[in-house]
Amino acid sequence: MNQKIYNYLLILADNPLILGHRLSELCGHGPNLETDIGLTNISLDLFGQVRNYLQYAAEIQGLGKTEDDLAFLRYEHEYRNYRLVEQPNTDFAWVIARQYLFDAYHLPLLNQLVGSKDSQIAAIAQKSIKEVQYHHRFSSEWVKRLGDGTEESHGKIQKAVSILWTYCGGIFEETEVENEMSQLGIGANLDLVKADFLSDTKYIFNEAALSVEGVDWSQKGGKLGVHSEHLGFILADLQYMQRTYPQMNW
Amino acid sequence: MKKEWPVWEVFIRSKSGLDHRHVGSIHATDAKMAIENARDVYTRRQEGVSIWVVPSKEITASNPEENGELFEPAADKIYRHPTFYILPDELTHM
Repeated sequence: MNQKIYNYLLILADNPLILGHRLSELCGHGPNLETDIGLTNISLDLFGQVRNYLQYAAEIQGLGKTEDDLAFLRYEHEYRNYRLVEQPNTDFAWVIARQYLFDAYHLPLLNQLVGSKDSQIAAIAQKSIKEVQYHHRFSSEWVKRLGDGTEESHGKIQKAVSILWTYCGGIFEETEVENEMSQLGIGANLDLVKADFLSDTKYIFNEAALSVEGVDWSQKGGKLGVHSEHLGFILADLQYMQRTYPQMNW
Repeated sequence: MKKEWPVWEVFIRSKSGLDHRHVGSIHATDAKMAIENARDVYTRRQEGVSIWVVPSKEITASNPEENGELFEPAADKIYRHPTFYILPDELTHM
């Protein structure tokens, strides 16, 4: 049972880990000071959540490992994040579209996890949910501004949304561990999360004059450890210090 | 960025009961974005419980060249200062 909760925690942790890393790449490179700090704040929030999940995962794994071992010393196929969060910081519209699509899933996910029968998961979700409410507000407002802005900004966000939408199917791909966790009342019911995700995106895209109609195939595999070409490069960066100087600390 | 966004002045109230204090400025295209940017830039370390933003261009400032006539007449009127009262120790933020 602990092994199953451990596997479930990796799914919960690896998405904010990889997205947080992607956002951290932008630190000092945002389009302006305000947005730079805004995105970096989100990155830090996500890393805080990752630490909580991975500390718990290391504890129930019971092999004497730490959060750092789990974050930095697994191999690519052992990461359980969706392909969506691996996608590069192509331009600001991509960063915003990727963030919004993640937030539109993350918020209803946490809304369910606060009621988890696993008190530790419930507590982590409770702590994270206010942060994520703000992330969702930040990213959805930007989706609307870009979509409803100039012809150029509309074109860029529409393109980003159309491409990134093809990665969203991977979020809701059924896995055994998630089904089981849901049935036990420990994990979220992905069908309900998906219903919230679809109504949220429908509403925001309508406000932003964006459309994803006709985009109906999907990139999958992330949760099963099958990733896009980007994750290897991310891990090379993310793991460099721990692999070069094992057990290094701040 | 070709066109700079308008500048907004940011006021933060650090806790209930105190006044909003000017903490700095930020750029934003509208009031909603100004609040979000102010939150992101100025409340990262629990500085505040309330934010005001005001477009900088809406602020009218006194002219430094008129400082003499505006402020110097108050300099020798010490009887206007409430320094003759003894304040109880519990009274803070005066």
